[in-house]
Amino acid sequence: MILALLSDLHANLGAVRACLKHAEERGAERFAFLGDLVGYGAEPGAVVDLVSDYARRGAVVVRGNHDAAVGEGGRGLNDLAHEAVEWTRTALSAAQKAFLAELPLIVREDDLCFVHSSAERPERWIYVQTNGAARESIEAADATYTFAGHVHEQVLYFHTPTGKTAPFRPSSGSAVPVPSHRRWHAIAGSVGQPRDGNPAAAYALFDSAREEITFFRVPYDHLAAASKIRAAGLPEALAQRIERGA
Amino acid sequence: MIKPGDVVDGFHVGRHLHSGAMGDIYEVAHDGPKLIMKVPRLEPSEGIIGFETEATIVPALRGPHVPRFVAAGDLARTPYLVTEWIDGTNLEEVVNGGPLPPAEVARIGAAVADALHSVHEQETIHLDLKPENVILKTDGTVALIDFGFAHHARYPDLLAEETRFGAGSAAYVSPEQIRGTREDPRADIFALGVTLYEMATGRFPFGEPDADVRNRLWLDPMPPRAYAPAIEPWLQEVILRCLEVDAEKRYQSAAHVAFDLRNPEQIVLTSRATKPRAATFAQQLRRFFKARREHADRPRQLPVPAHRAPIVMVAVDTAHLDDVRQPAIRRATAQVLSLNTEFRLVCVTVFAAGGEHLEHLVRLRHWVDPLRMPAQRISLHAIESDRAAEALVEFARRNHVDLIVLGAPGPAQPERTWWRSVASEVTANAQCSVHVVRVGARET
Repeated sequence: MILALLSDLHANLGAVRACLKHAEERGAERFAFLGDLVGYGAEPGAVVDLVSDYARRGAVVVRGNHDAAVGEGGRGLNDLAHEAVEWTRTALSAAQKAFLAELPLIVREDDLCFVHSSAERPERWIYVQTNGAARESIEAADATYTFAGHVHEQVLYFHTPTGKTAPFRPSSGSAVPVPSHRRWHAIAGSVGQPRDGNPAAAYALFDSAREEITFFRVPYDHLAAASKIRAAGLPEALAQRIERGA
Repeated sequence: MIKPGDVVDGFHVGRHLHSGAMGDIYEVAHDGPKLIMKVPRLEPSEGIIGFETEATIVPALRGPHVPRFVAAGDLARTPYLVTEWIDGTNLEEVVNGGPLPPAEVARIGAAVADALHSVHEQETIHLDLKPENVILKTDGTVALIDFGFAHHARYPDLLAEETRFGAGSAAYVSPEQIRGTREDPRADIFALGVTLYEMATGRFPFGEPDADVRNRLWLDPMPPRAYAPAIEPWLQEVILRCLEVDAEKRYQSAAHVAFDLRNPEQIVLTSRATKPRAATFAQQLRRFFKARREHADRPRQLPVPAHRAPIVMVAVDTAHLDDVRQPAIRRATAQVLSLNTEFRLVCVTVFAAGGEHLEHLVRLRHWVDPLRMPAQRISLHAIESDRAAEALVEFARRNHVDLIVLGAPGPAQPERTWWRSVASEVTANAQCSVHVVRVGARET
């Protein structure tokens, strides 16, 4: 089974469509949306509709901190994110907001665990950026594979044979063996707002039969996405972030 | 546990061939090329890490310098690795016979460097290069075995956090590995230096394998010529350059080592070549304290990526030095080289049988002088052959050339059809990139 992992879509419809098309061309049979469907970008309604359509057809969808903030207010978000959340709330219909409000924080299916940030207290939105944080997430997940987002960077953490946890930074398009006798925490990167200086959308494909994960960078019309952010009257910095990919 | 007589996934396990630190090796009874099966010992844990590392990396490697992967068992249930058997002599047996003549050191050393270059080009660092892991094949080439300590840039490094096991074999281990870095291919160049030293002198530059491995962060080894005066200065130059503590001062690419060992007359000798003895006690003490300071800072200089240390070959028609294309070829060469931090420029001319070798070398020197390249980055080669394109392609292949720069006439220049045929034949047959330089009609 080939499973597409998309996280941090951030209301960037062009980027989401590009990744979905890329994944479908490569035989993706199932989809997991790992949170932060909205926030920052100019098309939250269209992205929520698209994702809820996939959800009806069996996709896994979990809630991210930006999705939660739409319903709960933006406590803990920085000023830019807060401003974007306020705008997003006005741009979404009641049904779209209800879809976000009902998303689970964490989903476990057999040896797979889906979560936005960390399986360790997912409601705390911990940034998994250290070996220690990855280790806690892997252990709390109680699964062979934990799939997450939140840090906007593609990283694969793994348990070493002596029980340590180490990070691996993948190259786009190169299949990485992830044998099931180890435990893994894969961060898919951000579809809608990459921050590593490369504006191309990021996502990953997990092949459960081959026990392989392949991270991808997919170019899309990011300049158009930036223009839409400006046209919506969202902060200029958000448009520039899409243009620079940083 | 797997034992002789078992049938595992269709492989008939034959006689036991070898017990290593990591596991056991069995022959596989089978029609066709001879195969071997490596089976890890489940205890101690280091063995299984090395096995898993090897079972991950070997299937990704290609070419004549590595064992061909056949099959691997499920690591959790029946771990094994089946590869082709490489026919040849283990270099350790050769080295154990005593020091080798310098020409033999250079020949075998170049073949080992070829194999390393091939592995490095596949984004893999061996990290345990030593004679025991080198097979001299009957055709004179070399295959590297045992990738249990290796690092592949595209796969998670199971040994990354394991400083205890990350260090390879004590006598050959590089300063980088001692500092806990497993991502620098120049570590293999260091181990190649130790291997060359051992082949040339029958000794280890940093002492026996049980010596304190940390000594190579500061110890200035005894120059090989102090032990074996028959070693020529150029060979000492190559060996000591491989053994520099600071990776920046070493060769930056195994292809450059292979090139120098095959073209000793082109090596620019430095003080390394004739150094009569190791540093004095006072100097060694200074090196020791410098290493301590640097170790405290844990410097993490990034290695030069292999593609930034290319060998660029320019084909020069020394029979027509005043041709309008010559300045354009020179400009193109300068532009290509300006993109790279560490390169070799190999200037080649092919002259017809019966020509004057020296005269063509002099013309080649005249051609390259305006580029004002440091002498140690340039080499000049005049090849006598009546088949220019074939000679150029073969020279490029043998010397790991990454890019060939050569001129071709424009469509409206019938007087240089010979050039056109050379350029098109080289472009069609070269195993590397080719940059064909033409000049516009206005300039002709």
